[in-house]
Amino acid sequence: MHETALIAEVLKTVRQSALEKNLSKVTKIKLAIGKLSMALPEALIFAFQVLKKGTICEEAELEIESKEIILQCLECMREFRPQDYLFSCPFCTSRQVKIIQGRELHIISFEGEENELGSNCGSTLIKSQ
Amino acid sequence: MEVIVAQPLLKANEELARQNRNMLNRGGITTVNLISAPGAGKTTLLEKTIGALKNVFSIGIVEGDIYTTFDSERLAGQGVAVVQINTYGGCHLDAQMVAQALERLPLDKLKLLFIENVGNLVCPAEFDLGENCKVAILSVSEGSDKPKKYPLVFQEAEAVILNKIDLLPYTDFDLAAVKEQLKEIKNNLVIFPLSAKTGEGMEVWIEWLKDKVNQTEKLFVTG
Repeated sequence: MHETALIAEVLKTVRQSALEKNLSKVTKIKLAIGKLSMALPEALIFAFQVLKKGTICEEAELEIESKEIILQCLECMREFRPQDYLFSCPFCTSRQVKIIQGRELHIISFEGEENELGSNCGSTLIKSQ
Repeated sequence: MEVIVAQPLLKANEELARQNRNMLNRGGITTVNLISAPGAGKTTLLEKTIGALKNVFSIGIVEGDIYTTFDSERLAGQGVAVVQINTYGGCHLDAQMVAQALERLPLDKLKLLFIENVGNLVCPAEFDLGENCKVAILSVSEGSDKPKKYPLVFQEAEAVILNKIDLLPYTDFDLAAVKEQLKEIKNNLVIFPLSAKTGEGMEVWIEWLKDKVNQTEKLFVTG
């Protein structure tokens, strides 16, 4: 339901970062979306198709890496995938668990083309924080 | 060119939420973010809670609704500071909206602030507003399967209110099974079965809130 708000944030962040890197257009955006976030990939893609129009991301495709839920039992320390969203350890039945994976709502990276002027040759990888 | 971003999608919201939290903590204000589906009884619960506490602490309310000011009008009649946020279609409150609402509240006078989120069990769970704790409300008439269907909100909550227990005889809601499900989702959840309408069970919730306010005072207000 909040997919539109999420995509609006993605577009804002990517736009700013692309301008800083002197890119003329963005061609691909990669997101990591945890199953626990309940953000639906189909709805994210739909929101993206609608909201990207008229932005630097107009020609970009959206790639979503879906992250399964992985928990760690804090008593026997084993990792497991919960069944049916019930978060107790299948090995020792403990309910003291930590979420290892599945809570993600992350922008992993994006790809784009540089402006003709002042561009470096070839493809470069820039790490921003 | 590939640019590694590696940042949370809601980073901007998280930063604003941090600013809200700092401001509220500095003022020694306990902030509770109330989340439920539409019709679970958030506003009635607030009315009754205000009735029990308004002579003990000064209370403020941030009232989130998609449209209308019905709820804030109901609560303003109680003699507390109320600010309405209308999201005009938005399904949740975010930290930016709350920051603007805080500017319109007498923060120097408040001890307890309730943020009544937009009625929705999905999206509000994802947006930190700067609160001290989230409290989820689930009403008996919604059915026993909701914790399993919407686990994130119950994972994020510190306490869950099971409201409308006066309706238990008329539904097949299984109170024991729901408590068990909630504990499976989050072991240390505090659960308050109550009826805001009849008042049954309200005193335990009220005492919990008083403790929360006292804890915040100790932590953030230096003598």
